[in-house]
Amino acid sequence: MLGEGILKGLGETAKNFVGSFVSKDRLTTVQYPEERIAPIENTRDFPFLVYDGPDDADGYDKLAGLRCVACQICEKECPPKCIYIVKSTDKKPDFVGKPQIYPARFDIDISVCMSCQICVEVCPFEAIKMDTEFELSTTDRFGGLLFDRDHLSRSNQHYHKIHPTEATEVDARLAEEKIKADAKAKAAAAAAAAKAASPVAAPPAVKPAPVKEPGA
Amino acid sequence: MKISSAFWTNLDQVFVLLQHWIEGFFPQWLQPAIGTVLAVVAIVAAFPGIFALTTVLERKGLGRIQNRLGPNRVGPLGILQPIADGIKSLTKEDIVPLTADAAVHFLAPVVLVIAVFLGFAVLPVGRNMVLVNLDAGLLFFFAIGASTELSIFMAGWSSRNKYSLLGAMRAVAQMISYEVPLLLSSVVAVMITGSLSTVKIVEAQSGFTGILPHWYVFTPWGFAGFVLFVIAALAETNRSPFDLPEGESELVAGYFTEYSGFKFALFFLGEYLAMFSIAGFAITLFLGGWGAPLSILGFIPSWAWFFAKLLAGILFFIWLRGTLPRLRQDQLMNFAWKFMLPMSLLNLLVAGAWRFLGDGWSRWVVCSAVLLVAYVLLGRVLMHHQHLGARSYRYAE
Amino acid sequence: MIFGLSIIFILTSILTVAGALAAALLKNLVHCALSLTVTFAGLALLYLQLDAQFAGFSQILVYIGAVAILVVFAILLTRGSGIPEYRNFSTSWFAGLAIAAGIFALLAWAVLKSLPTSVASAAPQVTVQQIGLALMSSYVLPLEIVAVLLTVALIGAVIVAMPESRDPKSNSTQGGAE
Repeated sequence: MLGEGILKGLGETAKNFVGSFVSKDRLTTVQYPEERIAPIENTRDFPFLVYDGPDDADGYDKLAGLRCVACQICEKECPPKCIYIVKSTDKKPDFVGKPQIYPARFDIDISVCMSCQICVEVCPFEAIKMDTEFELSTTDRFGGLLFDRDHLSRSNQHYHKIHPTEATEVDARLAEEKIKADAKAKAAAAAAAAKAASPVAAPPAVKPAPVKEPGA
Repeated sequence: MKISSAFWTNLDQVFVLLQHWIEGFFPQWLQPAIGTVLAVVAIVAAFPGIFALTTVLERKGLGRIQNRLGPNRVGPLGILQPIADGIKSLTKEDIVPLTADAAVHFLAPVVLVIAVFLGFAVLPVGRNMVLVNLDAGLLFFFAIGASTELSIFMAGWSSRNKYSLLGAMRAVAQMISYEVPLLLSSVVAVMITGSLSTVKIVEAQSGFTGILPHWYVFTPWGFAGFVLFVIAALAETNRSPFDLPEGESELVAGYFTEYSGFKFALFFLGEYLAMFSIAGFAITLFLGGWGAPLSILGFIPSWAWFFAKLLAGILFFIWLRGTLPRLRQDQLMNFAWKFMLPMSLLNLLVAGAWRFLGDGWSRWVVCSAVLLVAYVLLGRVLMHHQHLGARSYRYAE
Repeated sequence: MIFGLSIIFILTSILTVAGALAAALLKNLVHCALSLTVTFAGLALLYLQLDAQFAGFSQILVYIGAVAILVVFAILLTRGSGIPEYRNFSTSWFAGLAIAAGIFALLAWAVLKSLPTSVASAAPQVTVQQIGLALMSSYVLPLEIVAVLLTVALIGAVIVAMPESRDPKSNSTQGGAE
């Protein structure tokens, strides 16, 4: 009958109106910035450099645990070329104890960065990951949006907090490699000790030391 | 402490007594003029105040209907939002296009607001509270309402903008089409009362049988007339679902397009005030004006009842706006000429039959039956003729 | 009272005549139509001053609400929103002036002839009810003729505006570009 649809519609909107006062799923507004919803795990905004160390780094030397070895793969792969790396001249030991170079400068211009995550995907050292912070507005248009190495370094605990499953996975992988590297070092030390202990053994009997693969 | 009936009577007439008291300060020959000026000041203060309240209610009400909050930052629960809107519209730059007709462009909102304020002059807000008790009051109101169409045309034409022109033509066509059912559906109330004066129409509805009032809406022809009047009123004031002329998604803003700042606010004000005055007339003609709905509630002041009914009407309009999609121009015109006009003519016949069938239950049955059957049949016939298929274009064949 | 006419009457008549003159002399066609509306409003005020409420309000409702809209619609539909044209200087202006003067003289003679010689008695109080009764009893024939005229106009408008029907057999289109 004519007019039936209108009455049904009026009933529906009345339900919406009354329901918006009583039930949460009839009124889904989140009043930012007083209320915030927690971001999901796959959130990504801008990159940060991971260092193995405590969270509160007031005095802690973030450089000591920094995983980045300045291989510059992320700089080359970045599509808008927002990463700028200058290698250091000296070396520092990495998490397995091997001396590695480190970045003397590591700048990311986040006004250029497009959050594509390619730098994270290509990094062989699990050194750069995506952060979830987005309230980065500043009045300084150029300098305020250029993050240096110190600003970008955040601890592994922070990484666990924002991406728990990923971080546990990365930690498991790095622990595995550490075990393998430790086993290799022990084998190499044992072989060297055996070589020193039996000098009369013929040289052809000594197997040459296994070639270490580059990287971890 | 028992409140005497004198107290309620005084409360009912409090504004009239206030007016007489202020008049007393002036010499005898000046008193009528002062009284009129006071009443005009009251109208100019009260109805824009209701307009401010309505903008907040509308935005919050629509928000809640649409699963969101309305504005809630300015003042507690967003009550002071109209002040912010007012300051914004006053401080915006007043842009007039270079090729626009400057005189007509300026006069259009002025004419609209004047015409709309004039319409409040014959609205009986309470017992003894009408600005002018004209003998042909209703005719005055409809005459003034017809002048608003002219201002919309002026607005659309003077902007020299094809969107404005198109919007103005659509708006004027819509308003003219719906004026006929508007007038015809209000004629039934005039017929039964026997007078065009709004005061007399309200007084004719102020009786009670037992506890129930004599409002015209409770009769078959009154109910049909009320529904038709409300639909035509929505179309007259370009209110959703008939707001195609100002449809933001179709015409930028229709005939408002080239208006900014305070002139836009004047158009907005004029449109809402027109809605209030036509809602006030619907209340006067069919809902008993300032009369109480039950005789035991008669002690509550008459102006309180009027404004309560007006508020209920406004809330209903807001509810309709949140519910219905916009009507297309041809659907709009079809509805006016093919449905509303025959129904309002039939309503006239039914009201005449009501009068001549005399008192008794037979007239209720006959009149209700005729109206219901006509409504159902007309609805069926019109829906049946809808050609819902591939569209055909007149000039592109 | 100036010249025996009240101030309000003088002001209203100035408004009416100014509107009429503007309607005849302005260059922009839409401005002319709007000045004509001012003239209609002035006429309505004159009716109201004579206490003819029904006539005054009907004047506003019909003339301003319908006739003026009709005039502007006609301008819109035939000229669109184009640049206002300027009047041509007419060569037969003397003949026009003579005819206008003649008509003015005729109307003035008719009005002056019908003025009451004695002081006017109280104006009759004509209520809407009396007008209605008169329409239904003594003037019912003109009412019906006007109704027929309106119906004819409505039907004619619908016929003129109806889309031309396509003949399904033949391929010819009427009015459309092929």
